[in-house]
Amino acid sequence: MSFIRKPDIRYKGQRTNALGLTLRDYEGGMSTLCAGCGHDSITSALVQAFFELDIEPYRVAKLSGIGCSSKTPAYFLSQAHGINAVHGRMPAVATGANAAARDLYYIGVSGDGDSLSIGLGQFAHAMRRNLHMLYLIENNGVYGLTKGQFSASADIGSKAKKGEINEQRPIDPVKTALAMGGTFVARGFSGDKDQLLPMLKAGLKHDGFAMIDVLSPCVTFNDHEDSTKSYAHTRQFYHPAVHADFIPPAEPIRAGYDEGEAVPVQLHDGSQVLLRKVAPDYDPHDRAAAMSYLERHEQAGEIVTGLLYIEEHRPTMHAINQTAATALRDLDYSVLNPGAAALAELQKRFR
Amino acid sequence: MKPTDTSDPDYFHKVVDCQWACPAHTNVPEYIRLIAQGRYTDAYLLNRESNVFPGILGRVCDRPCEPACRRARVEDKPVAICRLKRVAADLSDEVADQLPRRPAQGNGKRVALIGAGCASLTVANDLLPLGYEVVIYEKLGETGGLMRSNIPRFRLPPEILDTEINAIVEMGAELRLNAPVESLKGLLDEGFDAVFVGTGAPHGKNLELPGRYDTDRIHIGIAWLESVAFQHIESIGEKVLIIGGGNTAMDCCRSSLRLGGKDVKVMARKPRHLLKASDWELEDAEEEQVELLLNHSPEEFIVEDGRLTGMKFARVEWHDDGSGRLKAKTLDHVVIPCDDVILAIGQENAFPWIERDMGIEFDEWNVPVVDKNTFESTRPGVFFGGDSAFGPKNIIWAVEHGHQAAISIHKYCQGESMTERLPYGMNLASTKMSIHEWSYSNDFDPAERRLMPHVSLKERFKNLDIEVELGFSYEQTLTEVERCLNCDIQTVFAAKLCIECDACIDICPVDCLTITQNGAEQELRTRLSAPAENTSQDLYVSEDLPHTGRVMVKDENLCVHCGLCAERCPTAAWDMQKSELIIPYATDEAQCPKEQKAG
Repeated sequence: MSFIRKPDIRYKGQRTNALGLTLRDYEGGMSTLCAGCGHDSITSALVQAFFELDIEPYRVAKLSGIGCSSKTPAYFLSQAHGINAVHGRMPAVATGANAAARDLYYIGVSGDGDSLSIGLGQFAHAMRRNLHMLYLIENNGVYGLTKGQFSASADIGSKAKKGEINEQRPIDPVKTALAMGGTFVARGFSGDKDQLLPMLKAGLKHDGFAMIDVLSPCVTFNDHEDSTKSYAHTRQFYHPAVHADFIPPAEPIRAGYDEGEAVPVQLHDGSQVLLRKVAPDYDPHDRAAAMSYLERHEQAGEIVTGLLYIEEHRPTMHAINQTAATALRDLDYSVLNPGAAALAELQKRFR
Repeated sequence: MKPTDTSDPDYFHKVVDCQWACPAHTNVPEYIRLIAQGRYTDAYLLNRESNVFPGILGRVCDRPCEPACRRARVEDKPVAICRLKRVAADLSDEVADQLPRRPAQGNGKRVALIGAGCASLTVANDLLPLGYEVVIYEKLGETGGLMRSNIPRFRLPPEILDTEINAIVEMGAELRLNAPVESLKGLLDEGFDAVFVGTGAPHGKNLELPGRYDTDRIHIGIAWLESVAFQHIESIGEKVLIIGGGNTAMDCCRSSLRLGGKDVKVMARKPRHLLKASDWELEDAEEEQVELLLNHSPEEFIVEDGRLTGMKFARVEWHDDGSGRLKAKTLDHVVIPCDDVILAIGQENAFPWIERDMGIEFDEWNVPVVDKNTFESTRPGVFFGGDSAFGPKNIIWAVEHGHQAAISIHKYCQGESMTERLPYGMNLASTKMSIHEWSYSNDFDPAERRLMPHVSLKERFKNLDIEVELGFSYEQTLTEVERCLNCDIQTVFAAKLCIECDACIDICPVDCLTITQNGAEQELRTRLSAPAENTSQDLYVSEDLPHTGRVMVKDENLCVHCGLCAERCPTAAWDMQKSELIIPYATDEAQCPKEQKAG
């Protein structure tokens, strides 16, 4: 962590977005994480993503649970809404908030500890409901905040800093998401912003639950040579399968891909995700094939990354439950509370 | 791009824009830090190594450092470097006992310096400690040259001049005042081993227009200022026109106000942005209600019945003639009434006392041919410096000429090659004190530039000698020193330690770092975190990074030296290191063993 604040310097030639805001307007408080923590890099990519999507900070709700990852929403979009929920219970809070104010962008930042141990049930049900949010797992394989115990995502055989060897099978959030019906499933790496940034933008624009598992090395407890979640290991076994390019609605598509190399995916707001298949045999629309591809490469010790699966037309929680099209906050009190007679009428139907 | 060679002292020197822009390469950030610590005497002495007149230049320097200051890239105004220099000079203890003296045993060589101005005095300052016998010839009855005769006392009080000039003379120079040199040949016949000419550019340019010689109320600016300085002139008419737009014009108009001028106008041919006067001098003149009339081209002096009554001007507008040159187009004519006219349209050097048959070559403009590096003329042993070498520049240039000429004179007298000079050196040392502590103040202070307090407009005209600028207060100094970005504290990068975690890039407040694939400079500049459009500032490119083979690129343009990259770096691949430029002077040449020079 740093002990002086990042100074607010408005220099000449600083870029602004369509709202006239600079990157600095999307930042938050000073990070208190360890210097070199992958989470800070993800925070920086998020700042860039919101800036480039021209999203007003007040139209964003940031949610998190407990852990190093869950501290990070404090470090971006200081003018957004936010809540730091109970350990592992962030998806329930997100569901409630989303039900009441559906017009915000929801971003949940969680960790392997928060989502894959105590919060696994919440995580799974949020996907099952296809809650409209971007859910990030900042995955480093250890409990950094409690000094380096293995988390549920630690690989078999990986060593802790003090030498213990992990012998339990890891829970892979990507495979879990595919199994639970996730409609946008991706894996990124904090050390590859070029790949991560368009995935974050596409995830924010995806109409449904977008889960991105981001490998985010813990420099203090899990960046040694026997770790499978270190910078060096990840770079060595990194296997990009699909690269996503995000193209906003008004922008012409400039990327020149050969036919068959890129799959365009139209999102509900008119923006597009161009999926460039780095591995030619990969099909990001086939859930079963994605699962087997992952399995195959995992056997070979490779870490598959990219936007691995996307399904753009599955109904979201709001569609399934036929909720009001307007955020509850904007509804008139008489509509929200139609009175005792309406309640009695409703109760009659259950008799 | 190839990996940047940071072992070349010029690379890091160029990042210290103020020092790079200063002709004498004064170590600005270091002396500002010393002032911040209250070490005024140390700041003064450090300043004096390169710039032998800190008190004088703290008031009247042309300050090329300030337009170069990096602070101006993150906000409009540079650090008030010159004002801070004055603080150190004003608050410094007596330093005479800390300056070197001429050793009791001389080296047997005699050097004559012609003119007691800034260039000659610098040569004396550098040669006296080496045991040279130095004789200074000055045609006037006082030292200082143009610093005393042409800069009004309300900008530069005589006691400041005396203090700093006496410090040099008292090292052991022989000063001959009222001793004009009328023949260089004659001087050389006296057996000097070398002669240095530092006579400035003492002739003001004339304006040969109708009526020029029909009145005695038309004055040449620098001669008039000299007469004011030596109290030969004590009054002027109420309506005064100053012709010219340079700093001499500003001194003339402000002096006129103090000698009785009520309606003083500066008449300039060019538009404001093309005027040669420094911004602050223009501002000071305008604060004193001097009227600045632009685009007025002088055509005629109007003399009626033997009395100057006015001057005729063409009002012009300027346009590009297609080849990049400005051409004037006359719009109409105006007559501006006046009692006196002062011509401040430039100055030139003149050498009627140098015989043309003694081997000193003169060029087509009648200016001696002088080697740009050694300052030697075409006659061995005769050197020129200051305005007399390459025409009017400013004091700090003259000082630098003096330093270089002193090296040449020393080498010439010792029979060494003048072109084989010691190169610049550099010290780099970490400023790391603990994990998050650096030995410099790295927290960016957004404070705006402090303004110099002035004597009130009511008070300042009472007397020609009242110094207008009051100097910074303690509070102003405290704030201003913190505005300095410490550009000599360099970001030094060790590629082999980098794990490419991006922490430095994320924390940089001005987006000047990028990890990317290498490429050609022009193309690389377009794909950095922030496009690097200032091509006068280097891109630092690292060796290939160990994990991915990409490179770390730093655009040196906007860095504010906050050190957050180094503070964030988990592996200490970045370090904040102080670069100290080692500038060789005559003393260093004298101390360097011959065999090392050969190497």
